[in-house]
Order: sequence, then structure tokens, then C-alpha cells
Amino acid sequence: MTPRTMYEKIWDAHVVDRREDGTCLIYIDRHLVHEVTSPQAFEGLRAAGRRVRRPDLTLAVPDHNLPTTPRRDAAGNRIPISDPQSAQQLELLESNAPSFGIRYIGDADAEQGIVHVVGPEQGFTLPGTTLVCGDSHTSSHGALGALAFGIGTSEVEHVLATQTLMLKRSKTMEVRVEGELPPGVSPKDVALAIVALIGTGGATGHVIEYRGSTFDAMSIEGRLTVANMAIEAGARSGLFAPDEKTLAYLAGRSMAPKGKAFDEAARRWLALASDEGATYDRSVTIDAARIAPAVTWGTSPEDVVAIDGTVPSPDSFTDASKRTSARQALDYMDLKPGQKMAEIEVQNVFIGSCTNSRIEDLRAAAGILKGRHIANSILQALVVPGSGLVKRQAEAEGLDRVFIDAGFEWREPGCSACLGMNPDKVPAGERCASTSNRNFMGRQGPGARTHLVSPAVAAATAVAGHLCDARMLEGLDQ
Amino acid sequence: MIRKPLEFIVGRAIPLGLKNIDTDIIIAAEWLKTVSRAGLGQGAFAVLREDPDNVFDDPRFAGAPILIAGDNFGCGSSREHAAWAIADMGIRAIVAPGFSDIFASNAFKNGIATIVLPQAAVDTLMNVAQDEDLTVDIRGQFVLTENGDRFEFELDPFRRHCLMEGLDEIDLTMKLEDRIAAFERQSVQAVS
Ligand code: SF4
Repeated sequence: MTPRTMYEKIWDAHVVDRREDGTCLIYIDRHLVHEVTSPQAFEGLRAAGRRVRRPDLTLAVPDHNLPTTPRRDAAGNRIPISDPQSAQQLELLESNAPSFGIRYIGDADAEQGIVHVVGPEQGFTLPGTTLVCGDSHTSSHGALGALAFGIGTSEVEHVLATQTLMLKRSKTMEVRVEGELPPGVSPKDVALAIVALIGTGGATGHVIEYRGSTFDAMSIEGRLTVANMAIEAGARSGLFAPDEKTLAYLAGRSMAPKGKAFDEAARRWLALASDEGATYDRSVTIDAARIAPAVTWGTSPEDVVAIDGTVPSPDSFTDASKRTSARQALDYMDLKPGQKMAEIEVQNVFIGSCTNSRIEDLRAAAGILKGRHIANSILQALVVPGSGLVKRQAEAEGLDRVFIDAGFEWREPGCSACLGMNPDKVPAGERCASTSNRNFMGRQGPGARTHLVSPAVAAATAVAGHLCDARMLEGLDQ
Repeated sequence: MIRKPLEFIVGRAIPLGLKNIDTDIIIAAEWLKTVSRAGLGQGAFAVLREDPDNVFDDPRFAGAPILIAGDNFGCGSSREHAAWAIADMGIRAIVAPGFSDIFASNAFKNGIATIVLPQAAVDTLMNVAQDEDLTVDIRGQFVLTENGDRFEFELDPFRRHCLMEGLDEIDLTMKLEDRIAAFERQSVQAVS
């Protein structure tokens, strides 16, 4: 048999039907539903008198619109949500899920969180499955070896009704990172380095497979951060081959197989890795030793420089349209070419989002904040755990105290300031060091200026009041 | 979504013409919090409608089922709201020199035909549309003016079939129900 990549193996195992033009009907094993992209899909089902084919393979969780302030008062009653449209989207998910028989994790449940944090954490996401969600960062779940991608609302409806999607096969792209990461360099810096290298449209039409010794050594949570940003390079999915770390992560998760079923599944999962000699349509390689703590200067996730670097000049880009967009970006960001990144003052720090809100992210940030305090010039510093379980774990480790003592606000799980849909926003004209994944104009609120960073850099920046990493912070301490 | 079969569309055509109309112009972000596909027409092209002389509010084009646009129509975000907004305006066909892929796919999913014609043909239709009705014939794959000028186009055979039969993709997939059920018996990992 010809050697196959992991993508090809998962694809082949899910073909229900093949049309003459090569389009395939692909079975979908897992479907995550949130409140923003589902109301019209449920409306469509109702209008056509259709049911959800496999409610048992579907999981609904609200995240985008939920405020991250307490959701119940002392008497246990729900605190009303002030934005009527947010409230309506949330209410509809809460009523649609049970009326279509879908498992629902509600706003006050301990397991509630961002869909892409909840899926892996619950063991809902499994290696070798196809997983979709009406959200582009669904690529995250590829960290566990699931072929996971974001879909639009009509496709959400299609999956609800048929548990399948009509798809064309993607091309494959190998992203190889080899070697040991330098001290202070986190998975987020790797994710940003990859987007910077490939460019935001560079992997369009491709599924990325992450390979190499750097990833072998990386934790599952780190891999989730990297796969989360596959979409920022244009790839709808990113894959990691399951290994012993994957098995250890999944063992005992509430929706994962148990006992003998787990052992059997584990054997199948380990066989998913690309065959020796399998070929990719494209390959890129990065030397881990050359990756530095990173920060974005512009309004695209590919606008990455090392934190000890400077704002580039738009004229330095060979591509004419990139020069124009760089000029616009600098104008929007109110930055000048040549400015030192580490001298840029920020007023907001956001630690959260499906990119960086898991326990390891919080530990990394708390490690820097311990015994320190945020600068007086910081107007808002938020830590938003990715799920209720992350929050509880962090509290058990005393991380909440570290954050609160340092001057951060310790919030309830949700998407928060990653996008301006709920009350957490960055005010117009202010700057934010953010651990999220998109620095688009207005993403964190109209006129907000976003610098994407790792949790460690976000924490160091909060202490310094300007963009800063742990090494520089120690310099400042002395 | 259940929809009406679409064989041909006869009526006024809104001569918009502009290039690179992005999804933000079609429907602003503030509309993304809606929970229904209906009603979005009210917000469609709001920025352009600020101009008192805009084509959308010109009484000659009230209720027009056809839109004529410039190249790269629907670029920008993947939001399906753009297609919903245009469908809600009552538009069933858009004629342009080119469309963004995602928009074309979203439009199709919502029963809107995206018709690609060369720029010169689009320019001619822009003029004709000022005073006359147009016919977009999905079956015959041409646009017809009142004095008999024909502009032939090609539609993806699958999409054309779906539009003409009023089928949505869910209907089509449901015809493969046996296959889906057979697949499920063999190889689905249950959630425990
Ligand atoms: S945290 Fe941000 S990127 Fe992630 S799902 Fe929520 S809004 Fe999307």
C-alpha cells in the first residue's frame, strides 16, 4: 500500500460517499455548538421539520457572549445580561439544546468554558475523529490528532441534520520544528513564528501536520496553542500525531473511552501517525533555536517580531500590497518604524482565549507575577480561565491569589476580551498585550490596539507597563 | 433551508457595479448578533445607503430580484450573514465579473445564483438595467435583455441542478441516508 499521511488516513476512514467530481460526503464524529453560529441553523431545522441526527455526538456550550463577571447572585439566581442581543443568543442555545436532545453545559456549570478548551478537557475530542464547530479556531483540536475545522452556519445545520459534510480533499503541508526551544520561549512563540513564516494566507487549502522533535517534547496544552493558530496561517486544520503524551492526557477524561475500550482505542490512535515515506504537498522547517519570545506589531497575526526587536519599516516589504497594509497597520496601531517593541507602553493586559487559557498558561503567567505587582499605568488586567475546570485547578494551586495579589482581576470562563462581543473590551485608542490569536483592527473593541503575546510576556508586560519579557523584567528588577 | 425551485428570474436589476464590495459593506458587524436569517435586508449595504442617491433606495429598483456588481464581490469575512442579507432583500441572482469563493458558496447555500460574466457584458447590462427588466435563465445559462441580447454564462452543474430543483444540500445528503446509516454501524466512536 502506498504510504499515507495522517490526514489521508483520517479522511479515508470517514468517506461515506464519493461524487464523480471527487467531492466526498465525510462523516462527522463530533460537533461542538456555541451560541453565536447556531441560532439560524436550529431555525432552519425547525422550518424544515428536521431533527438532529446524532444528538449524542453533539455538545453545546455557551462562551462568546457570556460576561466573565459572576453569573449567579448570592441566592443562586441568574444575574441578567445587559446586552439584549447577547442574552437572546444565550437563551436560544439554552432552549435549542434540550429541545433537540443535545447535551448542554450551561453558564453556571463547573465544566463550562470556551468550546475549544472544553472539548479536549472533557475527552469529547478524540484522536482520529472528525470534529467540527461553527468557529474558525476549531483547528485547536488537531493537537489531539482529531481532524478538526471550522464551518459556517449552513454547514452547522447540515451536520446537525445529517452528521456529514460534503468536502473536497485538502492538500497537505508539513511544518517541521526541530530542536530545543531557548529558555523563555513558549508554544505561543512557536505558533507566532509559524504564522510569520508561512504568512496568513500561506497554508490556504492545506491541512498542516506538525512534526519534529520540538513538538515531540511539547505538552498537549502547548500543542493546543500551536494548532489553535493553524487557521491564522490559512490552514483550516492542523494535526499532531497521537503519542504517549496524548494517551496520558486523555486517560480518565469524562467523555473518553474507559478501561478496555480505551486500550483498544489507544492502539488505533497510535497507528494514525503518517507512514514512513508519506509525502506532503509542501514542507517547511524551522530551527527551534531561532525562535524568540514574540510580539506582533501590526494588525495581522503574521506581523511578528522578537520582543527585543523594533517596529519594521513598511518599505522593508518586497510585496507592494503588504507595504500598503503595513502602513495602514502602523497608522492604526500608532507606531513608527524603528520604535523598540520593548518601549511600547500598554494599558491593558488580557490573559485568556482558546489560545492561552489552560492551566499551563496560567502557571506560566503566575510564575512571573509571584511577588510582583502590575504597573500603576495598567488600567485593566484580566485573567480569564478557559473553563470552570481550569479555574478550579488554578484555585487549588493558589494561582488565583497570585494573580489577585499582583493586581489582576480573576474572572469566570469565556471568550472575554478575545473579541468584542461580551462586556470585556479594550477601549478605543488603548493598547493591549493579549494572549489571544487575532490582532485585527477592532477585534478587541472598536479602535483597540492589540499586541499578541505569550502568557509569560503578557505577565511581564503587566508588571513593566510596557511590552517586556521575563529576561528583561529581571533586568528591571536589579 | 427549504427553498423554491429557481429556473429563471425576470425583473429589475439593481445596477450597483462597484468593485471589491466586501462583506462589511454588505452587512455591518453589528448585525452579527442576530438569531434569524430573516430581517437582515434592512441592514444590507447600509454604508452605501447613506448616500441619498444610492441605487438601492431608487424606486425604479424597488423589489428587484437581480443585482449587478463589480469584480470580487463578497470579499472579506466568511460571514454567511452577507448572503442572508441579500436573500432577505429578495435578490435571487447576482451578476458580476467575479465573486469571492466563500461568498459564492454561501450565496448558493441560500438559493442565490452567482452569475459570472466578462466585465464588458456586465458594463452593457449595467446600462440596460437603468430602464429595462432582465431575464436570468438558469436552465439555459444566459442573461437576456428585452431587445433580445443574450449573454451566456456557465454554472457549476451541481449547483445549477440544486438551484433548478430547489434542493438544498441537506435534501441531497438525506438521499444518502442508507450509506450514512451503514457507516454509522461500522465505525463511529461513541461519546461515553
Ligand atoms: S476565545 Fe476567541 S478565538 Fe477562541 S473561540 Fe472564543 S472568540 Fe473565538
